[in-house]
Amino acid sequence: MIKNTAAQMSASLAKGEITSVELTKLHLDRIADVDPKVKAFLHVDGESALNQAAAVDADRASGKKLGPLAGIPLALKDVLAQQGVPTTAGSKILQGWKPPYDSTVVAKLKAAGVVILGKTNMDEFAMGSSTENSGYGPTFNPWDLTRTPGGSSGGSAAAVSAFEAPLAIGSDTGGSIRQPAALTGIVGVRPTYGAVSRYGLIAYSSSLDQAGPFGRTVLDTAMLHEVIAGHDPRDATSINAPVPAVVAAAKSGDVKGLKIGVIKQLQGDGYQSGVQARFNESLEILASLGAEIVQVDCPSFEYALAAYYLIAPSECSSNLARFDAMRYGLRTGESDGASAESVMNSTREAGFGREVKRRIILGTYALSSGYYDAYYGSAQKIRTLIIEDYKKAFTQADVLVSPTSPITAFKIGEKSEDPIAMYLADVATIPVNLAGICGMSLPAGLAEEDNLPVGFQIMAPAMQDQRLYQVGAALEAALVSKWGGHLISKAPALGGAK
Amino acid sequence: MALSYDDVIAKYEPVLGLEVHVELNTESKMFCSCSTTFGGEPNTQTCPVCLALPGALPVVNAKAIESTIKIGLALNCQIAPHSRFARKNYFYPDMPKNFQISQYDEPICFDGFVDVEIETDEGPKQFRIEIERVHMEEDTGKSLHVGGATGRIHGAEYSLLDYNRAGIPLVEIVTKIVPGTGKYAPEVAKAYVAELRDILRGLKVSDVKMEQGSLRCDANVSLRLIGSDVLGTRSETKNVNSLRSVERAIRGEMIRHAELLNDGKKVKQETRHFQEDTGLTRSGRSKEQAEDYRYFPEPDLVPVAPAAAWIEELRAQQPERPSLRRKRLKEQWAVPDKEMAAMINADALDIVEETVLLGADPTKARTWWLGEISRIANEKELALTELSITPKDVAAIVALVAAGELTDKLARQVVDGVIAGEGTPSEVVAKRGIKVVNDDGALMAAIEKVCAEQAETADKVRNGHVPAAGALIGAVMKETKGQADAARVRELLLGHLGQASN
Repeated sequence: MIKNTAAQMSASLAKGEITSVELTKLHLDRIADVDPKVKAFLHVDGESALNQAAAVDADRASGKKLGPLAGIPLALKDVLAQQGVPTTAGSKILQGWKPPYDSTVVAKLKAAGVVILGKTNMDEFAMGSSTENSGYGPTFNPWDLTRTPGGSSGGSAAAVSAFEAPLAIGSDTGGSIRQPAALTGIVGVRPTYGAVSRYGLIAYSSSLDQAGPFGRTVLDTAMLHEVIAGHDPRDATSINAPVPAVVAAAKSGDVKGLKIGVIKQLQGDGYQSGVQARFNESLEILASLGAEIVQVDCPSFEYALAAYYLIAPSECSSNLARFDAMRYGLRTGESDGASAESVMNSTREAGFGREVKRRIILGTYALSSGYYDAYYGSAQKIRTLIIEDYKKAFTQADVLVSPTSPITAFKIGEKSEDPIAMYLADVATIPVNLAGICGMSLPAGLAEEDNLPVGFQIMAPAMQDQRLYQVGAALEAALVSKWGGHLISKAPALGGAK
Repeated sequence: MALSYDDVIAKYEPVLGLEVHVELNTESKMFCSCSTTFGGEPNTQTCPVCLALPGALPVVNAKAIESTIKIGLALNCQIAPHSRFARKNYFYPDMPKNFQISQYDEPICFDGFVDVEIETDEGPKQFRIEIERVHMEEDTGKSLHVGGATGRIHGAEYSLLDYNRAGIPLVEIVTKIVPGTGKYAPEVAKAYVAELRDILRGLKVSDVKMEQGSLRCDANVSLRLIGSDVLGTRSETKNVNSLRSVERAIRGEMIRHAELLNDGKKVKQETRHFQEDTGLTRSGRSKEQAEDYRYFPEPDLVPVAPAAAWIEELRAQQPERPSLRRKRLKEQWAVPDKEMAAMINADALDIVEETVLLGADPTKARTWWLGEISRIANEKELALTELSITPKDVAAIVALVAAGELTDKLARQVVDGVIAGEGTPSEVVAKRGIKVVNDDGALMAAIEKVCAEQAETADKVRNGHVPAAGALIGAVMKETKGQADAARVRELLLGHLGQASN
């Protein structure tokens, strides 16, 4: 049962073949079994999950009309506030903090009857591409436990990939949903900026952050997308428009006559040969399904990474200023006669990890008077140019595509001492965030050189998220029939690799 | 060397710059729905947003934008069709996010002016204060430093934080530099703040209580040699909590600067704190190294883009400018200068106007409010508006006197009764059995009795010494317990004693 899709679980629950309590127990057992190796979860709350499941079962028994995901377990990235449940954003500075409120995403999940199993590991404050920057140790890739699952939502991706949960929530500031989805062989979507409320999402970079769904199939991911999206008056940047019909699109999956644009700048040098091969193969499949493949030019993408590493650190230097030991979280250095300032300094010194400090310093510098125009100002101009590139490209194609990550899952420790190499892991995903549009990664097969999953990225204009699911579903169906099953079923047993 | 003010202005020209912070009187805070009520238990008016809990987001209070636009319009400003919030980054424990959401390079209102008039040696003179910008921001929380001698952070054993004020909407009104006021600089500054206060009160957007901090003024002062066009180094004086303090602080700073400059010393660019008791300022933090607030556009908020039609609607609803209103009322009511000033000082213009609009004679309305009622208010240490007597009551009393149903003296008893909570004027009249004795028979009986008792005085009057009648009239009034109409008593008395009554 735990290897089924969420859609199948939903059908089983509806037919009474299984209860939500049973389904939740199966997943808690799986977590107890494999999570000591995978370390996807920072906090598992079995009792609360079983209570939620029992409540859904009771509602179902009483004949109450339930949503399709009612009673389905889910793993929640620790970046989202959940009332009364430890929420750390992967940082020691928030160790032990229990929010007195629910984020809007959590409120929507609860309202839909989704069972929250626990909080998943992540790079501290979502800064990283491997989950190695977590204050609580790394997460391991279920495909090969010596490798990272990507990041920053590595815990959520690993949980879904290791069958610890059929669904998960992540957040994507520069690729933090799509890249780990690619590296763990599952589906992940970063919705349009403003489509999912950021209220209660612990901010890394406010203008780039966006929560989104993980699933093992395109349809499962769409079902979760529909639950969490929608306008929220508590987020001023939330878009007040109907949620795109993503589930309907995932069920239709037709690409006939659709124009698919291949971005010249997001391939070639730096892209692993197996990644490029699977990407090209997927293009051929899409062409065979009746799509028209065109080449598009996005010259400003060359500067996207540089712009991102000015904008995101600038915003984070300000967003993380609130962690000052005054109202919540860690407090150190509180000796007799210590001033508020020295307690703040000591707490921030002890509570933040190296990468977080690096980005705070970078951002503080970039916003400083005399440097603002050269750094933050220039980065915003590049951002405008990237938006223009996309606008033009979307006049030539309905969706744009690229490999999600230039490389497959890398070894733990391989890049952790080399920030620039780590930053390059997001080179293909960052432009979507800078432009505020939407993107999906879905499995395109295994790279022959390392037998690790490759992700295929689809990008669509703002609030056209249904196009991702339309194209993704078509490609997924063709690949599944070619492979004789989902890619995830080809994953080696945990512990099979060392 | 100690200088006199005259020495200072003989040599130097002051240049002013005034920053006024106004707390808006919106029901909820700038970026969340917490209450803004003053004086609540510490930390009871807070939520995830104004405590800056992880994940919380600000949402702009539309009412605060409306109030700010109203202020901008009243100050003759341009209203930006598109403005943005920015983050002002600095660490301080009473600021929950460790940045303040403010406006930086794109304020909502800009380029306005206010005209103020002051008395000068050459008669009334008008000065134009140009407004650089009006922008929105949020207030900080309050720190209470406990255990030190001064209540300041230095020497304190510990500090307490109250975040009830954190996030209260603030509007900052910044002038351009104000040169050319010469020796009148302190008076012009005071008149400007007073005018602002009146404008804001007229707009009903703020309580404008300087003593509670809902209107706060920072005064920038610099001096330059007369004739020079180079600006001197300025100091910024904070903690100026009354109109009188504005004047005192600027005068004091002008003298302090001049003493330094005369001694060949430099004025330090710094923040100073005004001290009510001495009228002097003391040094705060030095601003020699300009603080770097690392402003950048607030990414959690979208730009403010008020519709042009809405701005025009607000423009059409603007109340009459206070200075024009004062001029108009002074003429309509034919009030002498001194009385007009008294009425403004007593903050009685609104209440008197309301009474007049209810039909009372302007002079009578003014006399009641500024005389008897003000006296009682002073005794009780209450504002006129805090007494239970209303313009409607006063108008009714004025009408009763005009109709001859009350004498002025009796009317005072009625005022007392209304203020004591005994009801409306007619209820007080009924309950206390107050009525004018206008039965000539009863009056004549009293007159005859008094004339018999004071036969000597009565004879004086009979012999033509009319002023002596005063004592007899007083005695008759006493005899009739003050309920007689004194004019009628005089008439009857003089007739009785064979004298003409006019």
